Amino acid sequence: MSVLELRDVVVDYERRGGGHVRAVAGASLDVERGQIVGLVGESGCGKSTLARAAVGLVPATSGSVVFEGEPVTPMTRRARPAALVRLQLVFQNPYSSLNPRRTAGSQIADGIGLRTNAARTARVHELCELVGLPGVAASRYPHEFSGGQRQRIAIARALAADPAVIVLDEPLASLDASAQAQLANLLAALARDLGLGLLLISHDLAIVRHVADRVSVMYLGKMVETGATLPLWARPAHPYTEALIAAVPRPDGGGVLPESLPGEVPDPARPPTGCRFHPRCPYVFDRCLTEEPPLESLPNGRAAACWLAGIQGFRVI
Amino acid sequence: MSVLAVESLRVKLPIPGGDVTIVDGVDYDVQPGEVFGIAGESGSGKTISMLALLGLLPEHSTVEGTALFAGKELIGMPRRELRDIAGRDLAMVFQDPFTSLHPMLTVGRQLSEHVRRHLHLDRHAAEERAVELLEDVRIPDPRAALRAYPHHFSGGMRQRIAIAIALACRPKLLIADEPTTALDVTVQAGILRLLDRLRREQDLAVILITHDLGVLSSIADRVSVFYAGRVVESGARGDVLQHPRHPYTRALLDALPHPEAAKERPLVAIGGSPPTPGHIPSGCSFHTRCTHAVDSCRVDVPELRAVSDRRLACPVDPFSA
Repeated sequence: MSVLELRDVVVDYERRGGGHVRAVAGASLDVERGQIVGLVGESGCGKSTLARAAVGLVPATSGSVVFEGEPVTPMTRRARPAALVRLQLVFQNPYSSLNPRRTAGSQIADGIGLRTNAARTARVHELCELVGLPGVAASRYPHEFSGGQRQRIAIARALAADPAVIVLDEPLASLDASAQAQLANLLAALARDLGLGLLLISHDLAIVRHVADRVSVMYLGKMVETGATLPLWARPAHPYTEALIAAVPRPDGGGVLPESLPGEVPDPARPPTGCRFHPRCPYVFDRCLTEEPPLESLPNGRAAACWLAGIQGFRVI
Repeated sequence: MSVLAVESLRVKLPIPGGDVTIVDGVDYDVQPGEVFGIAGESGSGKTISMLALLGLLPEHSTVEGTALFAGKELIGMPRRELRDIAGRDLAMVFQDPFTSLHPMLTVGRQLSEHVRRHLHLDRHAAEERAVELLEDVRIPDPRAALRAYPHHFSGGMRQRIAIAIALACRPKLLIADEPTTALDVTVQAGILRLLDRLRREQDLAVILITHDLGVLSSIADRVSVFYAGRVVESGARGDVLQHPRHPYTRALLDALPHPEAAKERPLVAIGGSPPTPGHIPSGCSFHTRCTHAVDSCRVDVPELRAVSDRRLACPVDPFSA
């Protein structure tokens, strides 16, 4: 059984002056231990909102989020159930997610349950080593670190709670290529060595392809495709997945311009009729305008929400 | 003839307790209709070397060297004169389309103000030019867009509007500093195609500054790789990015996930982190992170020399063909 299960999660935001926006319109996702699940999509598709709903930072309007067999309840003024500390979140911006006035070590120590100071200090050093920070890092302040190192501190702080799952919201954005590579390798090692489940939200498809075992593709609040990373990348079943992959520039010096996907992500308050992707889809036909395709299972543990997915002779996967 | 020819550009910025060298002797030239790519990690001096040309550095900065733009020397040019060139013949687009537009002014006002100031058009002609520009960058319904405010548009659209403003006076050179970094890949592809069309149709020269070698791979004609304020390798796109010869260029490429590479291959991160200005290592500034460094690298500053098809600042040259 999956350690983190999201079923048909719907998240509505109230709009000022009445009305609401459905940021997540029924999305399901599973994360297993030792597995990295990538969640990709353009900005405004609801992936960060889904991440927040997964850890209980925003309440789900309907649907369920279950962590280690227990429902994840939204945050309130009361203390969080103790079991939920094993579900951690790492934010995008390591410049604002750390307290500038406290040392790295004291912030990492917050999540450690040990009683004695000596044991806590020892554990902080262990965690620093685990994420590849020098031992002296514990006594330094956030401004003394580079962006990549700060993100390591944030990850060490999440690891301090001995988590089963860490949700990472764009952890690699705003980092240089080299720091990105270091951190991507670290995430892969953490999943493998500690048996952690990682939900990696990113708009960088190339990185996700490299580290994720499974990928879910989100468009306008819904999953349009999900499956094991490499088959999905090699033969995308949904036209949106195909468009996303074609837009990634290849760092091969080849001089080939990436394909652009015309149009913009529509306003989630007024989603298009039928298939949500139809106004931008190059394969659109009449059925797409009126009927919304469900997320249908395909062979090899894949699924796609497209009337053309899996049809012989068109999109064979 | 080059649109821009920069030689021995050196920039020092004032910090408490002295000056710190940010750009340390940079040469390059840009031809009409060409996309010239500048690659490098943050802090390598890419942006500062451009701001120096436009006179946009903080007071008491020192700029040395020459920068000939359309036959005129930019360095040391009086501010008034520079202001007439910058914005008209030489335009710049910045990374963040959320802060480079004025939030309280309509798109039309921002576009036409620019056109009226530099081209001395009347109100009506300026509006016509503004509509034309928005059409050029493929903004749907340009007449309605003129009356809208920046917050009505998505990031990609805002960057298109920023490019439209930059292009308003038909510049000869567009400096684009990380123009797609804040955007989704789908939108990025659109902006790259737009730049490619403009350079072909209008013979626009583009300096594209980015840390993303994928972006440079797809659009740049020539590439210079910056490290710690110097150029370490420079040449045609295919030569530099397909057969990198400087250990730093190669390391940058190895750190990237390649969309077709085997998944099992771990990304090869460069050890350590880029040096910060004021703490540049002696000799070759990359030697502390270089796996091919020999003793002399710690002492001798390598010169950027012409070697066969490119210019290279590495006497070890471990990847020579």
